[in-house]
Amino acid sequence: MTRVEHAWANPAHLWRNPEPKPSYDVVVVGGGLHGLATAYYLARNHGLTNVAVVERGWLGNGNAVRNTTVVRSNYLRDESMALYEHALRLWPGLSAELDHDVLFDPRGVLNLAHGRHDALTLKRQLAANQAAGIDAEWLEPADLASFCPILNLAPDVRFPVVGAALQRRGGIARHDAVVFAFARAADRLGVDLLQGCEVTGFDIENNRVRGVVTTRGRIGAGRVGLVGAGRSKLLAAMAGFELPIQPSPLQALVSEVLDQVLDTVVMSGAVHVYLSQAHKGELVMGAGRDPYTSYAQRGSFHILEWQLQAVLELFPILSRAHLLRTWGGIVDVAPDASPIIGLTPIDDLFINCGWGTGGFKATPGSGWVFASTLAAGVPDPLVVPFSLDRFETGALIDEHGSAAVAH
Amino acid sequence: MLLISCPWCGPREENEFRYGGEAALAPTPDLDDKELARRLFVRSAPAGPLLERWYHAHGCRRWFPLVRDTMTHELTAPPEAES
Ligand SMILES: Cc1cc2nc3c(=O)[nH]c(=O)nc-3n(C[C@H](O)[C@H](O)[C@H](O)COP(=O)(O)OP(=O)(O)OC[C@H]3O[C@@H](n4cnc5c(N)ncnc54)[C@H](O)[C@@H]3O)c2cc1C
Ligand SMILES: [Zn+2]
Repeated sequence: MTRVEHAWANPAHLWRNPEPKPSYDVVVVGGGLHGLATAYYLARNHGLTNVAVVERGWLGNGNAVRNTTVVRSNYLRDESMALYEHALRLWPGLSAELDHDVLFDPRGVLNLAHGRHDALTLKRQLAANQAAGIDAEWLEPADLASFCPILNLAPDVRFPVVGAALQRRGGIARHDAVVFAFARAADRLGVDLLQGCEVTGFDIENNRVRGVVTTRGRIGAGRVGLVGAGRSKLLAAMAGFELPIQPSPLQALVSEVLDQVLDTVVMSGAVHVYLSQAHKGELVMGAGRDPYTSYAQRGSFHILEWQLQAVLELFPILSRAHLLRTWGGIVDVAPDASPIIGLTPIDDLFINCGWGTGGFKATPGSGWVFASTLAAGVPDPLVVPFSLDRFETGALIDEHGSAAVAH
Repeated sequence: MLLISCPWCGPREENEFRYGGEAALAPTPDLDDKELARRLFVRSAPAGPLLERWYHAHGCRRWFPLVRDTMTHELTAPPEAES
């Protein structure tokens, strides 16, 4: 057995590695977080267990384990707040429900303001959140000094911190544990997790999908859900339709393991970086995307250099920390920085993509609403505004302000 | 970091440039809603060579086309007709 084959022939005590059946009621394409959560909720909420997740590599090889695990729901638009808040409410119960600790830690997420316009923008967002019943607080620099003592609050830096918005219920979780938790729970309920099974085409008859063509043979399907994140555009092209999605690299980095110095998540759109500290002790950092279209899962070095400059501006205490690792994932960003969920031009073929730089936090909610969409064959009420045809009607859900640097 | 060959200034580091996205988009008279949505929001993203535009912002400040492979980031000069 080659090493590559071995990677997806995981020990059976994690989950079964079944042979594909000739057909399933629902085939979910993409064994990342959202695909696995979709399969789990299909079984748990809708009693649909004749379900397969087909994954080209091993479970979680994509953005599932490349993200920086920030969880929050403080977006600007009502539609987004409803969707992300639905997800946030599921997080605290996940470990118990899935019987696997996902280390969800609501340690608060800070959004720093570095000037009058920043402050106005964040306060507008904060007011929108409060009006929707989502927790949001404004901290003055004096409050910040005690809430996050290592933050540089000096007034004579280039972009002094003038305040911050805080969502206390936001925080971090452990990404690979979330993959394991949903995979195991879905497997226990009878879902077939088919790894090393790449979709290379679709069986479409009279504009209705009948199955998927894979590297492990044809698999029939009553309904198909595409949850391919960075490769959604390629999947759509195989099925014969276009997505207004641009795939591009998003990089992240971690430091060596340090003593605990930071017990919250800090984001700064203006200085252009965000930072948290993992339970194990590494500082986890990231910022914006590399600009170009790519599937290469790596980006350019100067982007990392800019992020580290920003880190040092905000946290001079970290000037001697060593960087341990950097990596990139391919994020699928829509023109309005909101996900695309629901119907496609092909009958019985549904899509869930465009989560871009911010889908980790949405994992349970995305799986929940996509499962209900696949089970009923019509979009869940929460996803109706996120339809693909909003780019024709003009009903865009602009979240660039909440999703560019902040994830 | 990409090493990008500006046709005017020669090879320069990527952070002197701005990315302009897909090149050679056709002009667009009289579009209906569907076509307009496509024109505004859909860009191609093949897994392979992509003809795109770059702007030498911190150099000669001129736009030029390049072909970049989206799987490898390898850069090549565009076909004659496009440059
Ligand atoms: C560096 C980085 C930092 C991030 N930070 C955050 C953050 O702090 N907070 C946050 O909320 N979000 C963050 N994100 C975004 C988040 O990771 C994604 O939105 C989310 O993971 C996408 O859902 P997924 O896990 O299902 O995607 P993926 O794990 O990428 O799943 C897609 C799967 O589809 C499979 N696939 C693709 N094509 C095929 C095919 N043809 N056949 C079979 N299978 C196929 C892939 O192999 C992959 O496993 C970050 C992303 C990156 C890259
Ligand atoms: Zn030049």
